[in-house]
Amino acid sequence: MDVWARHNVTVVGPESGPLVMLAHGFGCDQNLWRLVVPALARRFRVLLFDHVGAGGSDLSAWSPDKYSTLAGYAQDVLGICRELDLREVAFVGHSVSAMIGVLAAVEEPQRFAKLILLTPSPRYIDEGDYRGGFSRADIEELLESLESNYLGWSHAMAPVIMGNPERPELGQELTNSFCRTDPAMARVFARATFLSDNRADLAKVSVPTLVIECSQDVIAPREVGAFVHQQITGSQLVTLDATGHCPQLSAPEATAEAITAFVSRA
Amino acid sequence: MIMRGGWGPGADGDTGAGGGGEPDPRADRVAFSELLEDSAEDLYEHAPCGYLSTLLDGQIVKINQTLLEWLGRFREDVVGKRRFADLLTVGGRLYHETHFAPLLRMQGEIGGIALELVTATGGRLPVLVTSKIKTGVDGQPLLIRTTVFDASDRRAYERELLRARQEADTERQRVQHLATTLQRTLLPPVLPQVPGLQVAAHYHHASLDEVGGDFYDLFPLPDNRWGMFLGDVCGKGAPAASLTSLTRYTLRAAATYDPDPVTVLRTLNTVLNQETTGGTPRLCTVIFATLTPRPEGWAVVLASGGHPPALLLAANGIASFLHTDGGQLLGALPDARFVTAAVRLGPGDCLLLYTDGLTEARVGAGPERYEEEGLHGLAAALAPTTAPELIGAVQQVLARFGDGVQDDVAVLALEVAPRASTAR
Repeated sequence: MDVWARHNVTVVGPESGPLVMLAHGFGCDQNLWRLVVPALARRFRVLLFDHVGAGGSDLSAWSPDKYSTLAGYAQDVLGICRELDLREVAFVGHSVSAMIGVLAAVEEPQRFAKLILLTPSPRYIDEGDYRGGFSRADIEELLESLESNYLGWSHAMAPVIMGNPERPELGQELTNSFCRTDPAMARVFARATFLSDNRADLAKVSVPTLVIECSQDVIAPREVGAFVHQQITGSQLVTLDATGHCPQLSAPEATAEAITAFVSRA
Repeated sequence: MIMRGGWGPGADGDTGAGGGGEPDPRADRVAFSELLEDSAEDLYEHAPCGYLSTLLDGQIVKINQTLLEWLGRFREDVVGKRRFADLLTVGGRLYHETHFAPLLRMQGEIGGIALELVTATGGRLPVLVTSKIKTGVDGQPLLIRTTVFDASDRRAYERELLRARQEADTERQRVQHLATTLQRTLLPPVLPQVPGLQVAAHYHHASLDEVGGDFYDLFPLPDNRWGMFLGDVCGKGAPAASLTSLTRYTLRAAATYDPDPVTVLRTLNTVLNQETTGGTPRLCTVIFATLTPRPEGWAVVLASGGHPPALLLAANGIASFLHTDGGQLLGALPDARFVTAAVRLGPGDCLLLYTDGLTEARVGAGPERYEEEGLHGLAAALAPTTAPELIGAVQQVLARFGDGVQDDVAVLALEVAPRASTAR
């Protein structure tokens, strides 16, 4: 199966525009970018995709071994770039995908023109002097929440919905149908996301980098944003006056503006 | 006695309330409507569920008394001071930020999410939360309205279900592990090297959960001879496993005493006939063969008890069955009849033994089965061939049938190695 189908790749915007690749984080899929895509697609060629295990990706490509580490997801990003022969990529990674982008850009820096890290955190768990904001027990609690909420996922309905992506009405009987994810896959992604430690990878980034953080973000607090900014030499830091972990939803205009300004800059 | 609707003394009693006269229906109506004339405020504040309204960034701007009581907090500690996510456990907050809030933004509403509130004293209250965004006339989102239901009992029940499912999953893995282990002990782990012969075998499990009843073995006999058998016991699971074990060791012990194929099958038949404890007959079909080295290959003598015929893929490209019709199932009759066949295998000849799980596999969605004809067609197309190639081809056929293979399949092939090239 090719990368288009495997990752549910969609491309919008002028063909001649600089390529902007949008990578969603843990919890949802490419739908999360919907409010910033119109603004970005005015000037850029925008490529959206779903990580394997999320959204409209090919679930048969999922394996617990590959996707239990962020390296597995980074390989997929590079796989998309190679198979579609993408160069000069401006990679925008939200949340955990910021670190996935870091890993990809460290492995093949020549592929990437810019790296934009939206509400990144290289380490969620406190350790020594480092404040990630969470303890291991907190992460276990999140996994429990995942177990208690299947969010539109029904094991009985899943094969029907997944087998008919062109007929979304099949899934409409289930509420919360946007970010439907197989709970078993979500659990593996959650562990990969919240238990990983990528602090040492930041210093290896050689691609021009922008860090975008929110003024109020429980998941990636400001001291974490400052840490990322400080670790990546020459990076810029933008703090949006926004609340929550998803500024592309809560402050779409400001988010799109920050991305546009950084990508456009020579 | 007059039965009345509504509430009040006397409604359910024959004690005769009040003055003992006829009740006044008008007074009843008044009391009833007074009850209904609940103020909207009272309905909100003391509803049997928690209510709260937040700004889009989560700041709590309104909360009802019911929810304050559940939380054990005063209004002034909450309104304008806390965000909805602040009321949750840390794990719940993570869930809120990664799932709840984004979905709510995108869908405009989100329902039935299981979370836990943290009370002022640090206690935890399992709740089900539903939120909806209130929009202005222009469709702009204004604020978020949320209802909170106490779900302590429901969650305890769900946890039980979840625990039961996890236990069932673990148990299932254990059973599969056990079945696989057991199956492995019932098959020879590695086929022995026989000088001048190339052998290959394959076992296909129809079910991960159950031990199947197919078996085979290849083992040395005195005077450079070899014994070989392949068979199928009736049934599945533990009874089949114990019967397979009994059958295998009986065949090997009998062959050591007297390797004549018919004598070996007779011994097994006698043992199985003695084993009808509990009223269940112990039945199986087997082909037993002896292999004797000859200057130009091997002499094979085989005996069959109710088993599908062996298939010969000759060096000259012709495939043919070694018919042993008339041989009877073992374990059913005390003096069952067995039929023998003899064949001389020369260089490049290949012999295949198989169980009926292969020939009875469904080839498609319909009722058609592979049958001996299908297998013969495969053999005719392949011959002459080598033992590993033949087993590889059978594995491909099984893979193609997928779920159509309803029973376990055992296949064992042996081939006389071609003469060394210097001899040509």
